[in-house]
Order: sequence, then structure tokens, then C-alpha cells
Amino acid sequence: MVEPAKKIPSDQGQEAIPTERQILNMGPSHPATHGTVKFLVEFDGETIVGMDVAVGYLHRGFEKECESGTYYQAIPYTDRLNYASAILANLGYCMTVEKLLELELPRRCQWARVMAGELSRIGDHLTRIGAACLEVAAMTPFLYAVEAREIDWDLQEMLCGARLTSNYIRIGGLLWDVRPGFEDRCAEAMERIRELMVDFDKVIAANRIFVDRFRNTGVLPKERCIAYGITGPLLRAAGIPYDLRKSQPYLVYDEIDFDVPIGLVGDNYDRFLVVEEEIEQSIRIVLQCLDVLRKTRGEPVNVADPHIRWPGKDRVFSRMEELIQQFKGVTEGIKVPAGEAYAAIESANGELGFYIVSDGSGKPYKVRCRPPSFINTQPLGEMVKGDLLADIIPTFDMINMIGGECDR
Amino acid sequence: METLLEKVQAVLGDAVVDSHAYVGDATVLVERERILEVLRTLRDHEELRFNFLMDLTAVDYLGREPRFEVVYHLAAIDVELRGTEPCRLRHRLRVKVPVPEDPCEVDSVVELWPAANWMEREAWDLYGVRFKGHPDLRRILLYEQFDGHPLRKDYPKEKRQPLMGPRN
Repeated sequence: MVEPAKKIPSDQGQEAIPTERQILNMGPSHPATHGTVKFLVEFDGETIVGMDVAVGYLHRGFEKECESGTYYQAIPYTDRLNYASAILANLGYCMTVEKLLELELPRRCQWARVMAGELSRIGDHLTRIGAACLEVAAMTPFLYAVEAREIDWDLQEMLCGARLTSNYIRIGGLLWDVRPGFEDRCAEAMERIRELMVDFDKVIAANRIFVDRFRNTGVLPKERCIAYGITGPLLRAAGIPYDLRKSQPYLVYDEIDFDVPIGLVGDNYDRFLVVEEEIEQSIRIVLQCLDVLRKTRGEPVNVADPHIRWPGKDRVFSRMEELIQQFKGVTEGIKVPAGEAYAAIESANGELGFYIVSDGSGKPYKVRCRPPSFINTQPLGEMVKGDLLADIIPTFDMINMIGGECDR
Repeated sequence: METLLEKVQAVLGDAVVDSHAYVGDATVLVERERILEVLRTLRDHEELRFNFLMDLTAVDYLGREPRFEVVYHLAAIDVELRGTEPCRLRHRLRVKVPVPEDPCEVDSVVELWPAANWMEREAWDLYGVRFKGHPDLRRILLYEQFDGHPLRKDYPKEKRQPLMGPRN
């Protein structure tokens, strides 16, 4: 703005129109950014030369709230981190507490967790690519993605009674076991999502307008991804096959057969294709989990320790001992040995880590969430530098900044 | 075989004040004055090569001396980059630095990992830990008029702030 106007030579050999730097405020509430975030963009003509991203509009003190309640009371807050894939956030938190407790989980619980997490991931990925299409004015593929997401959310509803704020994973187990008949319905639904994804892919992935807007925009090469701590589909799209499910297998991922798709250059189109393929890989994982869940029906899904998973209401209302255990568990919370632990899972956006410090009481001393959305949004300014104003939208969509997780 | 923690201690020498591997997380506590040097060594040493700064946060141990701790989570991820030796390592380390209440300050590591930029701004915003040499240490999640640092243990949870509006 303060710099003097300069002349840019045009490719026709003529002198181009002198331009002057200008600053544009985009957001915090803008129809093309799903999420509340403000961009302060500096332009030279129509080219972006600098950008400051202002986050924090959805800050609600997640970590402070967690420190004020018991370990169990923090689980519903984790639902509201990444509200497009709540089960994964539940899982990350509970696994960190279990690491501090050094718990060994029943096999059925681990398989059910993997399946629930992958359903959640499918929903998140469908939101990401569906919304990306919508925001570049492709309405039809958005509807395919939303139809598939509805099917996925119906399954999550059958699993835990809620579509978004699932609250399904518990420390040392699950809210309840997978309902009878779930396996067959889930297998059918997976086939239907596959069909929809084929249609989705045919409509959009080779569409000239779409490809032109996504290819070579928002590029972040792998060296810069590493420097910025980027994980998840963004890192894989840049060509680094890093996926926590493969590199540090947790739960039963080491027994499951699936592939990790990678991109070539790390532009928006690569990210789009990686996410699309990851949906297919998640479907493969879910189907393998269903086979195991069918075979292991009747096995326990919770740890046997009543101090960690207190007994169900059916026994609490009829027996003295169980009533006491429930009362103590609810009022005092579980006692986690003093110490610190960091555990991470591969969430839909990347490494979702929790760092918990315990002082030995029933309340966590510190709960830190390593939010992939926050860390992945940081290089947005660098990604769009040299691109046009319109390229901010697909880039922002493929980063998939989720306000609840980014701002906590 | 030499464990990661033993290797880190051998490389860092007397900069390490304390170490543990509770529930499998290798952790070292290092001197505050030497944090930048220590992290640079950890990033560049050919047998360690922590190429990722995964997380950076602070913890307030109110009543303990020194009061704060800044916690770095590092990771080495196997990558092949053009022009450099491929990294075949895969391990994680937690580095902790004790920080007193006054001066509540530690060297910024933005020059080592640009990822630290927002993370340090967040730690400043919520804990009031200053990062010396940070290019742009502003609040990030809260707004400029906010008074205090809410994740400090002596910040009351119910405290009201300017621009917050009436309690409903």
C-alpha cells in the first residue's frame, strides 16, 4: 500500500498497467470459507504477495475446561474439537489416558474402535472434498458426497446415538458394544458409498474447470511441509508416505491390510486425489473390521476393572457393590498415576496428539491437544503466495481447517 | 543395543539435567540457556535427525520453582529429500525446559522450524511465556485487549474480560 506503483512487463511486449499494492480483508465470516477465520491478504494487481491468517474466533478454553473436570468429563469436549470426525478425537484423548494407566484393552474393543474411527474418517473426508467442490461452484458432486456422508452418519448414529457429537469411546472401553445387525447394515452401506464415490469421481475428477482450479495451486513442497510440521493428507500429497497407522501402528492397524496413497507435487489436486483414495482405503479397513466383529460377538469390549469402567446401570440399580463403584467413579473420577504421556493418532487431518500431565488426582493437571488443523493452517499464506485471490478458496478447503479443533 | 535416551544423553552431554522414559516416552530435561543449541544439535545430528517439531506447549506448575516448563515434542520421520542424505530414522523425544516466573523467557526456535511460529505465539498467549527472538510474538487465539494468560493456574476460570459481554 505504501510502496510506489511499479510497472510489470506484460508478455505481449507492451508496458502493462501500473499496479499498486492493496490489502483486502477476507472474513472472519465469509461465505466461501467454512469456518470462522480472517485472511488479511496483500495483493499486487490480482496476485497475492502476502497473507496473514488470523485464527482464534472459536476459542472457548478447551484445555482450561478439561483441567477443571474429571478425566471422563473431558470426553464430550473432545467431540467438539473436530466436529466432522468426533470419534477420532475421542479416541486420541482416551488412548492418552490409557497410556498413563498402562491399560491392556480387549481385542474386540480395539477392532470396534478402529472401525468407528474409520467411519468417522470417511465422514470427515467426504465433508472435505464435498465442500471443496461446492465452493468452486460444483453443486452436483457436492450432493453425491453429502449423500454418502448421510449414509455414513446414519451408521454412526446406529453406533452411538448421535450423528456429530458421538461421545462413543470411553477410557478403557466403549460406550456400549456394537448393536446386533450393525455388521450387515454397515457392509451394505459401504458398498453404497463406494458406488457414490465412483459417480463422484466421474463427475468431478477429470472436469476441466475443476482441474484447472486445483492443479498447481496452493503448492507446498515436502521440504516446507516438514519444516512446518504438516502431517496427514497434506504431507502425503507432497509425496511423503507418512501415516501413523502404518509407521507407529496403534490398536490393531498392524493386522489390517490397507495402502497409503501419496501425491507427486503437493498441490490441491494431489490433495484431492489422496483424500478420495483414502476414503476407499478406509472402506477396506471397515470391511475387515466387520469380519472380526462378526466372529467375536459376545466378547467383552470394556476392561474388567470396575475402577476404570464402572458397571452398567442394570447392575448398579440392583447390587450394593456396583452402586458404590459407580458412585465413586462418577464423583471422584478415576485416579490416574502421576506422570506425563503423549499419544497420537492419525486423524483425518493429520497427527492428533494429546499431552496429558497427571498429578495423581481424579482431574487432569494439564491436557494439551496437538491440533492438526491449527498446525496445517499456519503455512496457508506461503501456499497461496503468487496465486490469485480465487485460489485461496480451494487451498483453504483442502487444508480442511476445522474451527473447533484449530481454535479449541 | 543403545537406547535412544542413552544416545541423546551421549550427544548432548552436560546440557541434560534429568531424563526419564515414563510409559515409554523418552524425555530429557535441559538447561534453559542452552535450549536453542540443544534443539539444533538434535535436528542436525546424523544419528538423531529430529526433522519434525510436532508440538510445543508450556505447563504451569504453580508453587514449584521454577514455575513453568516449556515442552517440545520432536519426531524423526523417514524421508528422502533431493540433495540430502535420506533419513531412515523413526523415533520421538520429549524435551523439557524449566522456565522461572521472572524472567519468564526462553529462546525462540522459529529459526530451526517455522512450525514453532504459531505454537510459540499460542504458548505466549495462554501461558505468558516470552520467546526471545520470535519474529512476531502476538496473541493468536485470544484478542489483544485480553487481560492475563488464561491457562496459568492462578487465572480463575470464571474471570470476566473486556469485550465479553454480560453473563447470560
